[in-house]
Amino acid sequence: MTIPVAMTVNGKPASGKVEARTLLVQFLREHLGMTGTHVGCDTSQCGACVVHVDGRSVKSCTMLAVQAEGAKVITIEGLAESAEKLHPMQEAFRENHALQCGFCTPGMVMSAIDMVKRHNYQLDEATVRRELEGNLCRCTGYHNIVKAILAAAPAMKSAGV
Amino acid sequence: MYDFHYHRPKTLADAANLLKGKDEARPMSGGMTLIPTLKQRLARPSDVVDLGGIKELAGIKVEGNNVVIGGMTRHADVASSADVKGAIPALAYLAGHIGDPQVRNRGTIGGSIANNDPAADYPGAVVALNATVTTNTGRHTADNFFKGLFETALSDGELVTSVSFPKAEKAAYMKFPNPASRYAMVGVFVAKTAGGVRVAVTGAGPCVFRVKAMEDALAKNFSSDAVKDIKIPADGLNSDIHASAEYRAHLVNVMARRAVDAANK
Repeated sequence: MTIPVAMTVNGKPASGKVEARTLLVQFLREHLGMTGTHVGCDTSQCGACVVHVDGRSVKSCTMLAVQAEGAKVITIEGLAESAEKLHPMQEAFRENHALQCGFCTPGMVMSAIDMVKRHNYQLDEATVRRELEGNLCRCTGYHNIVKAILAAAPAMKSAGV
Repeated sequence: MYDFHYHRPKTLADAANLLKGKDEARPMSGGMTLIPTLKQRLARPSDVVDLGGIKELAGIKVEGNNVVIGGMTRHADVASSADVKGAIPALAYLAGHIGDPQVRNRGTIGGSIANNDPAADYPGAVVALNATVTTNTGRHTADNFFKGLFETALSDGELVTSVSFPKAEKAAYMKFPNPASRYAMVGVFVAKTAGGVRVAVTGAGPCVFRVKAMEDALAKNFSSDAVKDIKIPADGLNSDIHASAEYRAHLVNVMARRAVDAANK
């Protein structure tokens, strides 16, 4: 049985027909072809699939596409202003070499942006590490990811994003 | 995941009607347990009734001496609520330590207590604070609500609409989290309210339980010294790859002392 679903993805209307059991991440990747959002563990642990739904970071592998009906979804593809101008969080990840294989990076960046906003652009290292509980990285040891997020917080504030 | 019929009612009455008479229909609140369960094909509901569209179920309000939290209120909203932080800071702390930020953005209090996972955090708060669970058909006292492993007093089609927590004079929650899942290997909620002192333990046994000996000792002397020699028998406690029953029994005492110290700060 298919169900029509419509939402806004990165500011543009997106719709399709899905099964009730279609996950949001499957809708993004397989229906819309937006493969920036990754599936890592598929068991709600790793956070590679994090996107924003109505302004909140969520694991898109643990949400049905139909639950996002009418919602505003932001994925990693929706962050950069242009190919030349990255979002301050993406720029900070690049500057601080906050990735190695890069698989966890989209989810890390999406969680990090939500984290910075929830803490009103003011973070310390302990908070960043605690807030990263829902995102696993198996390469970096997290050190440069933490550095990047701490650097991005003031950059986001001054950029007004 | 097996496919199912999906419903997103706008009112509680519609949700109850959709669940009525369908043995294999399941309500879904945050989905943080149900969706992983469905993905592993451990459940095969005919219908999933998503409570996410029912506006009346979410929200926090202070009513006299109680903080009333709607069943569909997300953990993140309880953790950041000025009302909860003001009245029962231990409850905000508990909500802020469930799972991870993304889980807290979806998971709900109603879903958590209706599921009654033995390692869930909220049952500890509900029992220690002697909260009242309101549903679409009635009310349950905390002591009567949690019945056993994943079992509650809820009947088929009965939905948690709100949980009312009396304000506490002193309260604290301390848990020893599983380092991977952040579920409580052992969590102890200690509360001193107008109704007396209660100590509720989650994670250690098949279901949340109270420790009467600790409650009696703390009623006389609300200090960690009062409970330091009270041992919990390991019989019947959970034993798994994460911790033996003996280790959990030991942790109950450690977490209880830490909770009392935190409540006294």
